[in-house]
Amino acid sequence: MTTTVNEPATRQTATLPRLLPAAPEDLRRHLARYGPTPYRGQAGLLIGDIEASGLTGRGGAAFPVYRKLAIVAQARGRKVVVANGAESEPASRKDEVLLRAAPNLVLDGLQLAAEATGATEAHLYTHHGATPEILRALAERAAAGLDPVRVTITQAPPRFLAGQESALVNRLGGGPARPTFGPPRVTERGLHGAPTLVQNVETLAHLALIARYGPRWFRAAGTSAEPGSMLATVYSPGGKCRVIETEIGAPLNTLLSSGPETRAWLVGGYHGTWLPLPQPAALTPDALTPDALTPDALAPGALTLDNGTLRKYGAAAGAGVLAALPSDRCGLAEAARVVGYLAAESAGQCGPCLNGLPRIAAALAELAGPRPRRPVRADIERWAGLVEGRGACHHPDGTVRFVRSALTVFASELSWHEKGRCSATSRRPFLPLPDGIPTSEDDWT
Amino acid sequence: MTESKETKETLHTLTVNPIDCAGHGVCAELLPELISVDEWGYPIVDPRPVPPQLDREARRAVAACPALALKLTRR
Repeated sequence: MTTTVNEPATRQTATLPRLLPAAPEDLRRHLARYGPTPYRGQAGLLIGDIEASGLTGRGGAAFPVYRKLAIVAQARGRKVVVANGAESEPASRKDEVLLRAAPNLVLDGLQLAAEATGATEAHLYTHHGATPEILRALAERAAAGLDPVRVTITQAPPRFLAGQESALVNRLGGGPARPTFGPPRVTERGLHGAPTLVQNVETLAHLALIARYGPRWFRAAGTSAEPGSMLATVYSPGGKCRVIETEIGAPLNTLLSSGPETRAWLVGGYHGTWLPLPQPAALTPDALTPDALTPDALAPGALTLDNGTLRKYGAAAGAGVLAALPSDRCGLAEAARVVGYLAAESAGQCGPCLNGLPRIAAALAELAGPRPRRPVRADIERWAGLVEGRGACHHPDGTVRFVRSALTVFASELSWHEKGRCSATSRRPFLPLPDGIPTSEDDWT
Repeated sequence: MTESKETKETLHTLTVNPIDCAGHGVCAELLPELISVDEWGYPIVDPRPVPPQLDREARRAVAACPALALKLTRR
């Protein structure tokens, strides 16, 4: 797959892109475009603007940013801020692209978050560690004396859960990047016990722009409930991968192809949801999930990239991974490959996840093959119910969402497989997975 | 006094730290009214508040957990 930076989405207004320059920008060009970092001179002052902007976390959970800022700002003593660029989802590339194209915007946001919360320690945590772009940006900023707080770079291990908030704090503290069971949350007790603000790098870049242009400017894009723009990693049926910036609420059929070359959509990545294509004429009522999908709702353009709409379909935008599965591939085979990976990426700490995910993965692999045994489908449903909500982190929940939606959307494929046939003509893997799946203890650090 | 004690009791729920839990199953034996085990031996805990008449048994189950994974927490 090839990745291109900032290929424009089909539906874009004049206000976009906000985050991604056409070519990577050094400090001189960054300052020429945006001006100096707009410090407020006092902790807490930025938080009201962030609240008014409606900015939510772009790492996947969409938590209101001002609330985390306020909790850490109100805490006493030593405090820590972390820019989280460890998009652990193998299909997501947007944090990597952002850090390459606009590292100074992220670093502005990190410094502004440090000022807003009164933090004296700042970290950048990414899978690619100290890249030339980041090192150059930090060196240029140091030479210009721009940054009040020194930034420490830590490389995340190549694990799916490495970017999870508590796993990140454990890794920065010198331990394995595995989640812990809360409360307290890291905003109350995080790195070495200090209240810790962890924000996705894209979130910090938005924050740096809101600090400059204000909440009204931010709200000119997106929906009133979910303002702003977001980065998305989009996979077309041809196998091309591109990182785009889109308004929240953009119709999905302007971002993803829905023609005959497409079989189904995956929204929200590997903890996300499979959706059928919006082609009302082609859908029979029994191809729809009973409670959510009605032919009306599936009219082209009705599905939009915002959680308020996606929630009705059991989906969420997550970290913006969007994929159009080509019609020559088997959805069950693709889902089984991904779930095999997700099962191997369990941190192995919680009994239900450790026991349930490999069983679900093996059963889904059987459904992806010819003539699966009859009870397998019921086994998956039972195990899905047993792992859901019973982990220290959301890994089992996200995996179950992915599995259940695959079984719904690819129900007709399943009846082909029961007859020993498959509607796909290509077995070539489509969704990206890491080359080797790490298996040793060392791989968590 | 009595009323405040009762309020405190009804505000407690049982929670399992799933990382610490090793599936010993002691809790389900001591408190089958609120705890069952899944097919791998890990506890499934009733999420509703512990009824006052089971308060003593709940405390006993918490104290007996070999992994110290079962807790009574205030809602």
